[in-house]
Amino acid sequence: MRRVVVTGLGALTPIGVGQEAFHKAQLAGKSGVRTITRFDASALPVRIAAEVDVDPEAYLDKKELKRLDRFVQYALISAHLALEDAGLKPEALDPERVGTLVGTGIGGMETWEAQSKVFLERGPNRLSPFFIPMMIANMASAHIAMRYGFMGPSTTAVTACATGSDAIGQAFRMIQWGEADVVLAGGTEAAITPMAIGAFAVMRALSTRNEAPEKASRPFTLSRDGFVMGEGAGVLVLEEYEHAKRRGARIYAEVIGFGRSADAHHITEPHPEGKGAALAMARALKDAGVAPEQVGYINAHGTSTPIGDKAEVLAIKKVFGEHAKKLMVSSTKSMIGHLLGAAGAVEAIATVQALYHGVIPPTINLEDPDPELDLDFVPEPREARVDYALSNSFAFGGHNAVLLFRRV
Amino acid sequence: MTEQEIFEKVKAVIADKLSVEPEKVTLEARFIEDLGADSLDTVELIMGLEDEFGLEISDEEAEKIRTVKDAVEYIKAKLSA
Repeated sequence: MRRVVVTGLGALTPIGVGQEAFHKAQLAGKSGVRTITRFDASALPVRIAAEVDVDPEAYLDKKELKRLDRFVQYALISAHLALEDAGLKPEALDPERVGTLVGTGIGGMETWEAQSKVFLERGPNRLSPFFIPMMIANMASAHIAMRYGFMGPSTTAVTACATGSDAIGQAFRMIQWGEADVVLAGGTEAAITPMAIGAFAVMRALSTRNEAPEKASRPFTLSRDGFVMGEGAGVLVLEEYEHAKRRGARIYAEVIGFGRSADAHHITEPHPEGKGAALAMARALKDAGVAPEQVGYINAHGTSTPIGDKAEVLAIKKVFGEHAKKLMVSSTKSMIGHLLGAAGAVEAIATVQALYHGVIPPTINLEDPDPELDLDFVPEPREARVDYALSNSFAFGGHNAVLLFRRV
Repeated sequence: MTEQEIFEKVKAVIADKLSVEPEKVTLEARFIEDLGADSLDTVELIMGLEDEFGLEISDEEAEKIRTVKDAVEYIKAKLSA
């Protein structure tokens, strides 16, 4: 089987744009959560989110921007950052051997809301001819392929909060199986909109800690009260090992395992004992032939919801037994909120950086740890040389996707 | 509305919808070949002209409007009808 390595990281996150800025911000324990500025949220019960600070005009021309929903803009910016970070000139690649697989949980929500208004106020004949091509979920991959002329397999993943991990896992298979030599893989999301915030809020899924935004995302604490919506994108350059070696690429880590499962339980709630989550972790380990005791770090799904965090801890204990206490487990969402379809991708970047730099990123806001959740959640960044690390993603609908990386 | 006034308004709609410099929008300019429009852009452009002038342009009529001049003449005729 062909080996797959990570050679480029494109991070567009609420705490930093570009992998270096993102890495530094994680080690500083920075929070990207703040009062919503994207729209007037004063009438909503939830008025906080983790927004991205980026000027799309620095990356895309004005005409392009008008025709692209923000979720596609983010994907294109991250793809650019990833290629640049990998030192890859698109024209130096065989375009027929480059695939694209950047998913989204929701798609063009902002466009959908704007066009719904047109539809209701002015009728169906005034809808924009760009409405559908701006909104549909596959367009992140499609636009990356078009922009660079990449003609390898191009598809998407739409598995809510597991999207980013699912996309990277599927891209890993594409290269393993010889469908492509390079794949731009990851996830993107831009759902800080009135309807999306409103809708997640009525589900009681979001934290309402409006008066202290940077404290709102607090996974594994006693006072956690829901997740914080984030936005952004993560795109990784996955590359076949020999291909990367031949061009002398910097290799951040190797992708060695991918495990998936379904909870088959409930539309939004995780299985209370984390049964599906445990299956996915076990399958990722089995995929790579790695024993649980070899794993040193887990980048948790860790959304800061009361039942989600508990189910994840139970799942980790089930898979790792006694070793669970020796593992380091941290939640990137404590800093950047929940990027839904982009979460798994940005967290995969954080996991790969932990292996590469030998520093485990922290779980911030761990001020009142929940005594029932008794793992090592790494409240401060910690220097540690780890050989194997997992990145967990669990979704609405019960989709579970887990990636296993190895230090190279 | 004089022909010049119509032209100025048409020019502004085209510059906005197609994201082109207004000076590129000459009477002779063709939407697709000269101004870089694709099939969806032209649909949006016709809708923009309908809004600007309060007109309804049928698909059959819209298909014949391929240049800035076509648009100006069509609108002039329609407004004076």
